[in-house]
Amino acid sequence: MPERYLRQSVLAHLGLESRAVDDPGDAGLVLCERAHLGKVGLRGDPADKAFLAAVEKELGFALPLRPNTVTAGDDVTAFWLGPNEWLLAVIPYEGTPLAEDLVKALAGLHAAATVLTDSRTVIGVSGPAARDVLAKGCPLDLHPSAFPAGSCAQSLLGKADVLIHLHDGGARLDLYVQRSYADYLWRWLEDAGAEFGIAVLGD
Amino acid sequence: MLQIACPHCGPRDENEFSCGGEAHIARPKQPDAISDAEWADYLFMRTNPKGALAERWCHTVGCRRWFNVERDTVTHTILRVYAMGAPRGGGGGA
Amino acid sequence: MKRQRQRLDVGARIDRGQRLAFRFNGKSYEGFSGDTLASALVANGVRLVGRSFKFHRPRGIYSAGMEEPNALVQLGTGAASEPNLRATQVELFDGLEAASVNCWPSVNFDIWSLNDRVSSMLPAGFYYKTFMWPTGLWMRYERAIRAMAGMGRTAREADPDRYDQTNAHCDVLIAGGGPAGLMAALAAGRAGARVILADEQNEFGGRLLSEPEDGETIGGRLAVDWVADARAELAGMAEVRLLPRTTVFGYYDHNFIGLIERVTDHLGGAAPEHLPRQRMWRVRARQVVLATGAIERPLIFAENDRPGIMLAGAARAYLNRYGVQPGEKVLVFTNNDDAYRTALDLNAAGIVVPAVVDLRADPQGSLPARAREAGIEILAGHGVVGTKGRLRVTEARVAPVSDGAVAGPARTISCDAIAMSGGWNPAVHLFSQGQGKLRFEEARGVFLPGNTIQANRSAGACNGAFPLAVCLAEGTEVGALAAADAGFGAPVLALPETKEAEEAPMEVVWQVPSDRPPGKARAFVDFQNDVTTKDVKLAAREGYRSVEHFKRYTTTGMGTDQGKTSNINGVAILASALGEAIPAVGTTTFRPPYTPVSFGAFAGRELHEFYAPIRRTPIHAWHESHGAVFEDVGQWKRPRYYPRAGEGMHAAVRREAIAARSGIGILDASTLGKIDIQGADAAELLNRVYTNAWSKLEVGRCRYGLMLGEDGMVMDDGVTARLAEDHFLMSTTTGNAARVLAWLEEWTQTEWPDMKVHMASATEQWATVSISGPKARNLLAELTGDFDLSPDAFPFMSFREGIVAGVSARVFRISFTGELSFEVNVAARHGLAVWTACMTAGEKYGITPFGTEAMHLLRAEKGFIIVGQDTDGTVTPADLGMDWIVSKKKPDFLGKRSLSRADTLRSGRKRLVGLFTEDPKTVLDEGAQIVAEPRDRPPMKMIGHVTSSYFSPTLDRSIALALIEDGPDRMGQTLHASMPGRTVPVRVTEPVFFDPDGERMRG
Repeated sequence: MPERYLRQSVLAHLGLESRAVDDPGDAGLVLCERAHLGKVGLRGDPADKAFLAAVEKELGFALPLRPNTVTAGDDVTAFWLGPNEWLLAVIPYEGTPLAEDLVKALAGLHAAATVLTDSRTVIGVSGPAARDVLAKGCPLDLHPSAFPAGSCAQSLLGKADVLIHLHDGGARLDLYVQRSYADYLWRWLEDAGAEFGIAVLGD
Repeated sequence: MLQIACPHCGPRDENEFSCGGEAHIARPKQPDAISDAEWADYLFMRTNPKGALAERWCHTVGCRRWFNVERDTVTHTILRVYAMGAPRGGGGGA
Repeated sequence: MKRQRQRLDVGARIDRGQRLAFRFNGKSYEGFSGDTLASALVANGVRLVGRSFKFHRPRGIYSAGMEEPNALVQLGTGAASEPNLRATQVELFDGLEAASVNCWPSVNFDIWSLNDRVSSMLPAGFYYKTFMWPTGLWMRYERAIRAMAGMGRTAREADPDRYDQTNAHCDVLIAGGGPAGLMAALAAGRAGARVILADEQNEFGGRLLSEPEDGETIGGRLAVDWVADARAELAGMAEVRLLPRTTVFGYYDHNFIGLIERVTDHLGGAAPEHLPRQRMWRVRARQVVLATGAIERPLIFAENDRPGIMLAGAARAYLNRYGVQPGEKVLVFTNNDDAYRTALDLNAAGIVVPAVVDLRADPQGSLPARAREAGIEILAGHGVVGTKGRLRVTEARVAPVSDGAVAGPARTISCDAIAMSGGWNPAVHLFSQGQGKLRFEEARGVFLPGNTIQANRSAGACNGAFPLAVCLAEGTEVGALAAADAGFGAPVLALPETKEAEEAPMEVVWQVPSDRPPGKARAFVDFQNDVTTKDVKLAAREGYRSVEHFKRYTTTGMGTDQGKTSNINGVAILASALGEAIPAVGTTTFRPPYTPVSFGAFAGRELHEFYAPIRRTPIHAWHESHGAVFEDVGQWKRPRYYPRAGEGMHAAVRREAIAARSGIGILDASTLGKIDIQGADAAELLNRVYTNAWSKLEVGRCRYGLMLGEDGMVMDDGVTARLAEDHFLMSTTTGNAARVLAWLEEWTQTEWPDMKVHMASATEQWATVSISGPKARNLLAELTGDFDLSPDAFPFMSFREGIVAGVSARVFRISFTGELSFEVNVAARHGLAVWTACMTAGEKYGITPFGTEAMHLLRAEKGFIIVGQDTDGTVTPADLGMDWIVSKKKPDFLGKRSLSRADTLRSGRKRLVGLFTEDPKTVLDEGAQIVAEPRDRPPMKMIGHVTSSYFSPTLDRSIALALIEDGPDRMGQTLHASMPGRTVPVRVTEPVFFDPDGERMRG
């Protein structure tokens, strides 16, 4: 059985590959599906030094403890989701080894690691109109003074729950969305962004 | 559309939250030891004040944490946001 | 080229080089770029533009702004047609087509104007008094009244226009771009604050746009040039957003503000395709500045509603802004100095002003002095006491007036327009919407902003500050204060010098006396709804003391204009009739929207596929390509059945169900909720939220659980597996996945914070392929070599992990169909591949995909409940005959105490039973009511209802589940189910119809 068939990207049915361009030109909104990120849900008590140390040892960097912030290493990014909850985005695709390593490292502690690779996908958003498009459906204040580069926040976009990550430099956003809402969200973005012109990039 | 200061995520629009009704309704420790009337009081009876009301809210689409909000039911002014388990009162309301 | 006979040749803010053709009531006209539909109609001498709502009296253009009560038009035709637009706000575009509303067959001959002849029979509260009796006939009257009273028509077709919405945040939102608003924006903008400045007009400047070019100056510049400078400076500020053509329509809690931007309305057919017609802005502002100006207050006098009678400020706007003569002989009627500006401007434009009729005994301001110098006659201490003219005013009767009475004989002044002013009412609507309290100022008879709980400040005319210099000063001050409160220390802004005429005090007059017998000469208070002073007084005599009741009884202020020109006058006349002070009567509550907003704008883009997200499983594409008919389950699309060519639903379901009972059926169960529960207290959590005991469940085993609300009613059910000592995977019903997770979080966070347990939603991580039927084991054996499938090695209600069809899987041996079943869970990205592998390998067993319909049938044959179908939030485990799953040993669990409440223990509760129809072919309707005795007279006692009903191919007869009072005590009884047009006899039976011992699924 071909590998490609075994692994279905969440938005495969939209035929994005055939629309992908190398240069977005003057498109106001640039979209891509970042299908190949592993994800691990992590829970634990930030007041528990042993928990923080164990995770830091495993990841090679400390978890973000301030709300709506992000820390990252070479191939793992950690998002603050709540006072005892984080999402780890992992390159490569398979998040399972990291989760298994974490489960071992956290043995005996009040903590939990859950593989969520398939439960969410990521839509990359950039282009000069990116914030204007998001503002159409997101109640957050996305002004640089309120949502600086390098921060993350969970909110609504249209009628989907999203985790928004604004990369360092502020030019690129990633939207983490539940798998079954991804089709809705992609179409929503295309509809909202139509007035600015849209380009699709490959993964 | 209220703006509620999530104690973790900061001020957010009301539609990111869900309201869990009146706060400080403790579940009886030994339900079997109390009368039907007392259980019904816990289950069904809520105050409905004109003015300050302590409510439980959850930041559903954000950090998913529960917390208490004291809100004026006439003006919708939020008088106080405080942690689950913290006592009622203290802030600017009843 | 058509002649616009009332158009002036020079001046004004229109572009005479850009001619725009338009049609009104079927006739062709021309106007200029910069016109409104109203100004273009005035320019073309069209006076009669509409009919009033009740009496269908002829009405003309009354104002030049959003307060217009008369000139309501239907804009456009066909699907995009829009009713009840104010011609005074519709910007003219080439090809515009509009028609008067509320007249038939035409505005010049309106058959319903017969109402006017019998108006004495249509007093205040007419509808309430007349049509509520005899009881029941209202429905018949209503049809006729609606036809007669209808305003514009909504299009029958879907609106083809696009609307959009956007959220925005700012430090300072400024409502109104007149002199005060512009100054506030400059002050806040220069301080570095994020500013949104919105104005409903096509250009900023507010009142200044309607004054003569050589009138006032600001900072030594012509006022309009100062406006252009200010606008240009603001446009150059990176953090300032200018929104012209944008009405601030709603002021909600916590400075949440609704704006409606008319993006392309003014472009007509030239609107670019990529832009929405209108855009709704949902703004959260740290600080709000209200600079919404003032609305001119009409004088209420006898026969005041003839076409040609308009507000004095509007007459000035038509003249100065649009270059249009409001009339050829314009009488000015006032109680204040401002209307003298109108008289002076008209006079300067060569229009005859026969007189200024001034209610004040001795007007001595600088403006009356200039009028005298210009040779305009001033009739001081006089009032207009009556008018004449059918489709337009032709003369006014003017008499001396003192102490509220006519004090001498009237004389007749010929005129074709009357420009009148009763003073100016500050537009406090937004302030009031935002819960601001109003205070009343006696001297000018105005309601002003008082205290507010919101972070806002009022400036300029809406704050009662009418002189230009004060507007600018207040704008500067509040703009700087707002910016400072939002964290931007503002540099002091130098105030520009102004040159303007000073005004002497006005004299408040709520009602001009008349020499005509009361009842003969009507004085209209509310034009759109035809409320007269007599109606207001009648309401007072009939005991309507509350202003809110008065409003609804007389319909004052209930038109599409919401009483912009009538409310204050109505309140004042009511107060006078009641002998009370105006502030004691108060105003009605101002509510959003300030002016009407299209439903389309509220809907925005949340239409069709964006109305609600459509959730699809990882296997959806296969279902679609194999002809599945889908069913909505919450937001999910689930295959309901897979019809073959020529097959209806019943035949397909029958085939699918037989396959699952005799060979293999395959079901996509990916939508079931899955919650990952980890922690030392995980088992204890299950003990507390489920009715049964969990501590002793072995690792590798599964158990069914029933979840109750604290009221003891069944809330959810599902199978939970113990993956490890402190690790469980809970499944929930499809519709309850989010709710159950929220329920667990709520209890652990609020009531049991010390529990060591973590939950995570895992629903979307997995694709679930359920294979069911006697051959299921054979199929699974072909797809995995990883684990022993023999009944002893892999017993019912257990699970195994291993490779299935090449990928890691968790396989649960659980059953909802009553057959030997395996639920294969794989990572969602592998779902389609595993499903396809099952289909290929299963072909030789006749594997048949089945949908929710067959699944429901199969489980009903087994008597398995579906929460939400066989339960409705009023059903306990005992009601379902499921006492067996309620632990007697556990000291407590959620809902336990409620199970011993008197009401849950009483007899007579509805309980689950099975039903057999006497005729095995008859399938009952789900929801059918059950009665014991069908021959009783209505209202009959209904003792229950059918919750599930199917034709069972296995039993070759119909089966049903029902909730019936004391159902289990009625075994064998014959009851009756009501079906459309008949009753069907049914026999009460056990709710398990097939394989009651469960040998098939355990085998």
